[in-house]
Amino acid sequence: MTTKEKWTRLQQQQGRVRMIFEEVDCAALLRKAISLGQESIIEWIESSGLRGRGGAGFPTGRKWRLAAAQKADRKFVICNADEGEPGTFKDRRILEEQAIKVCTGMALCALATGAREGIIYLRAEYSYLLTSLEETIQEFHLLLKKLDLPFDIVIRSGSGAYVCGEETALIESLEGRRGEPRNKPPFPVEKGLHGFPTVVNNVETLVYCAMIIERGAEAFRRLGTKDSQGGKVFSVSGDADIEGIFELELGMSLASFVDLFGDGDTKAVQVGGSSGHCVPRKKFDETVIGFEGTPTGGSMMLFNSSRSMYHILHNYLEFFEEESCGQCTPCRVGCQQLLRGIEAIKKGEKDAHYLQELLRLARTMSVSSKCGLGQSVANPFISIAQNFREEILY
Amino acid sequence: MIRIIMNGSPMEVEEGTRVLAAAQDAGVRIPTLCYHKDLCVAGNCRVCLVEVEGQRALQAACALPVSEGMTIRTNSAAVRAARKHVIELLLSEHRVDCLKCARNGNCELQNLAEEYRVEEREFIDLGLERSLDRSSPSIEKDDSKCIRCQRCVRTCTELQRISALTVAHKGSKMRVDTFFGNPLGDVVCSNCGQCVSRCPTGALVERSSIDSVWSALDNPKLHVVVQTAPAVRVSIGEELGCEPGKRATGQMVTALRRLGFDKVFDTDFTADLTIIEEGHELLRRLKAKLLDHDENTVLPMFTSCSPGWVKFLEHQFPEHLENLSTCKSPQQMFGALAKTWYASQAQVDPENVVVVSIMPCTAKKFEADRPEMRSVGARPDVDHVLTTRELARMIRQSGFDFGKLEEQAYDTLLGTSTGAGVIFGATGGVMEAALRTAYEVVTGRPVPFRNLEILPVRGMEGIREAVIPIEGCLPEWSFLEGVDLRIAITHGLANAWELIEGIKAGRLSYHFIEVMACPGGCLGGGGQPIPTDMEIRLERMAAIYEEDRQMPLRKSHENPDVQRLYEEFLKEPLGEKSHELLHTHYTAR
Amino acid sequence: MCTKLIPKGSGEPGAGREALLPRLQEIHRQKRWLDADDLLEVARDLKLSPAIVYGTASFYSFLDTEPRGKHIIRICRTIGCYMKGKDEIIRTIEVRLKIRLGETTRDGRFSFLAANCMGWCHKGPAMLIDEEVFTELTPQKTLRILDEFIRERKVRA
Repeated sequence: MTTKEKWTRLQQQQGRVRMIFEEVDCAALLRKAISLGQESIIEWIESSGLRGRGGAGFPTGRKWRLAAAQKADRKFVICNADEGEPGTFKDRRILEEQAIKVCTGMALCALATGAREGIIYLRAEYSYLLTSLEETIQEFHLLLKKLDLPFDIVIRSGSGAYVCGEETALIESLEGRRGEPRNKPPFPVEKGLHGFPTVVNNVETLVYCAMIIERGAEAFRRLGTKDSQGGKVFSVSGDADIEGIFELELGMSLASFVDLFGDGDTKAVQVGGSSGHCVPRKKFDETVIGFEGTPTGGSMMLFNSSRSMYHILHNYLEFFEEESCGQCTPCRVGCQQLLRGIEAIKKGEKDAHYLQELLRLARTMSVSSKCGLGQSVANPFISIAQNFREEILY
Repeated sequence: MIRIIMNGSPMEVEEGTRVLAAAQDAGVRIPTLCYHKDLCVAGNCRVCLVEVEGQRALQAACALPVSEGMTIRTNSAAVRAARKHVIELLLSEHRVDCLKCARNGNCELQNLAEEYRVEEREFIDLGLERSLDRSSPSIEKDDSKCIRCQRCVRTCTELQRISALTVAHKGSKMRVDTFFGNPLGDVVCSNCGQCVSRCPTGALVERSSIDSVWSALDNPKLHVVVQTAPAVRVSIGEELGCEPGKRATGQMVTALRRLGFDKVFDTDFTADLTIIEEGHELLRRLKAKLLDHDENTVLPMFTSCSPGWVKFLEHQFPEHLENLSTCKSPQQMFGALAKTWYASQAQVDPENVVVVSIMPCTAKKFEADRPEMRSVGARPDVDHVLTTRELARMIRQSGFDFGKLEEQAYDTLLGTSTGAGVIFGATGGVMEAALRTAYEVVTGRPVPFRNLEILPVRGMEGIREAVIPIEGCLPEWSFLEGVDLRIAITHGLANAWELIEGIKAGRLSYHFIEVMACPGGCLGGGGQPIPTDMEIRLERMAAIYEEDRQMPLRKSHENPDVQRLYEEFLKEPLGEKSHELLHTHYTAR
Repeated sequence: MCTKLIPKGSGEPGAGREALLPRLQEIHRQKRWLDADDLLEVARDLKLSPAIVYGTASFYSFLDTEPRGKHIIRICRTIGCYMKGKDEIIRTIEVRLKIRLGETTRDGRFSFLAANCMGWCHKGPAMLIDEEVFTELTPQKTLRILDEFIRERKVRA
């Protein structure tokens, strides 16, 4: 396909979804939600099949229902705008263009759960968005007042810590602490910010919630596959003909994805950012992008044959070594060992068998780390080390 | 009740129970490192991993509450493999220097390495160089041995509310640190040593004085006397093969003689003396306040025996230094007397007298070093302070069988004591001893409690309070007639903080407060045998009260040598000599 | 599962702790780094231990506790920008400012630091100067941007 043909196909495919970046009348949407009432909002979100778009994929409707069931003096809705996964930049664009819909999604969650306080946790790297977001929120507060909705949104900034994207680390950070993930249970829906029930939703998830109320659960459900319903905003980068942000259906094969975006020489795709899986060329056909296959929070990074997978893995491991919160042993020390380990193999200080040792260590990290960060370091490590053994060893 | 299945056997446990405790009920010991019974759960080290059916990842048993139908395996292949990996990882970031380590043989990491047979260390040594902070006179910090379990940080925050130690940086750079990495000797540390007591490895240890003490003992020109704190006699045995709660006073005295000390004395003697001085100070303050309405007199009066507490107050609440009794601690009263009264009685040159004290405490090392604690010449009154652990090490080095030692008595003069002196070692003990004396001074009658045991001030509650009605006063104390003496006892500096905040806010009001920096008082001190936990503290406490019951004299003012000291030397409580030798002042820090 | 040794209800020091990060962020916005006095003042205001304030600040990459210049340049070193040639941009900046990555210019104008993914992978290499983002950097473009900052400073000075 020529690049032009790719664009045409891409337009068609995007045309089937078109939710996130569509303009909607948020006042009308909220009026509709108010008339639906708490229970119906939750039912709609549940029946849409929407799962969290940040990466972990927890069913959003269930999260809201759990929070709604809690009896508490205060409840919180937190919009997780700490988009730090390497290769992901879709939330930034959503916040640039559709902040009002993000706020609307938060208000829907508030209606559904009984929360009155909303917080947008914005990563420090996106501080230049603060002014425009503040304006949008002011505007939105006027709307809420008109609708007589007792809800309030504030923005809080991060300060440069990838791990704060983990919801309990984010909460710790909001409470003024080091962003160290908590032990779970209890989950935030039971005991979150300041010990009160708290829903933490990704930016994109909240906008989909708004669109589900706008267009109905069926409009969302008919997109995607049985296990991965709806659309998804992808951040495409790397050795790609076409880079950027695209809203597509979930459930497509990686092969067709590479056809659309690749430069014709794609040897691997990192699906889901540094915490995701690296899929080699030979597995493109069998790989489904979605919860039943290889899930992604949106990051799709393509590598062509000019790339050294050793250096890519090395870059990921440097990232984790620095961004691990450091509290638990497997992640803090494991990341250092994996990084130093591949360096030692490369330099010939350790023999090839040592890679087996490192693979075993990565598997241990995936089951023994305290939070998703440490558990997911194994994903890139195992998938790259196994599929590109030669590049790591020689 | 919640039904769970533990290693194939069904069992019922109470709701809210953690898997670690449930396993213990089932007779299964799950290894731990970051877990400590005194502290909040962290779930960081990941040594206590268990497998829970239906969960992809292994779970930390210390943090996971049981839920209905939970099926737990504590010893599956996955669990063993993960635990071994975690231990290997910890060893790779720990400077393994066991033979030279103060904690060799009593190191939790070493024990686990042995248990899991970590023989060939595959992982890369993360190359930590020794980074010793020896700026504090009490505590040594070596980051290269730290395994980041954060027990010290939680101790410093949760139990002591000081947070001199914190966790700084993240990722591979994450470390236990002070404010801006300042030397431990220059920060708000109280020197209580509770962090040392909870460190699973040798990253935090006391500054050792063993070598200095040996060289003093080896020097024939020197007259080396030793004093033993009340709480040491009920804990030293734990280091030497006895069960917690063993009263080893007599054996300890024998051991000290065999080590070569010229005289073996007892801090209990100066504990009795403290009661006389402090009791009179309290009565003088009460008189000034209640009778003379003196505005410069401050109540409540705080005890000043605990050097960790004193430094804490100097840092955190300097506006309350006037509340502190001006009495030196028993250790320092002893030092001052040993180099004055005792030296003249024994006809030795004070210059040749070396005073060693055996303390359950690391803060005592700092206290002995304070510039104001020098009564004779430039040398400190107390030359060397050894913790209980250090004394035990010296006894082990000497090679004699502690369990088979005969029981000997202390030398007289500075070795005579009463039950009131020994209970200083338990939280509430100073208060009880003070009441036994002060009540009798004021009324001429013993305190109205059976066997002199003032039960309301005893126990482990963080803050305890009592009201002692004073009736039937002797004529000179008639201004106290009908007064309800309000007292409080607290231990652990977080509790002390609560108490002071309560007083500042006007919620609480007392005449006299006993504060001990360490949980349980000196029996739980930072220089005591490791481990120390609540069960062990209670054993030591029982032993202390038993020791008191066995004493022929149980009131400080009945101590014949204290009486002699006043007759021959001090003349009267709070007199001129007392002021010179037994009282001190404090510094806002 | 806290034991009775820990006072009830007192929890941890510093009840108003959620104000901590906004306070530190505000100081950082003004002077680009936090010195010991800054942290002590915040600690006193919020009734927190200074060590806790330091420990919290040092966790966050953007709350520098080491001296920094008037402007902080943070270049993305993560995968996307790595693939798009961040190393060349780093060299360009190093040569122009005569400092190495991690250092501050002697005149105290610029600190040059590496940062992790800043969400511009499709338009790498990217860098932040203070809160402003610059993308699709080439050596020429980078020099132009730097010169603007240098000139602007001169004009203001």
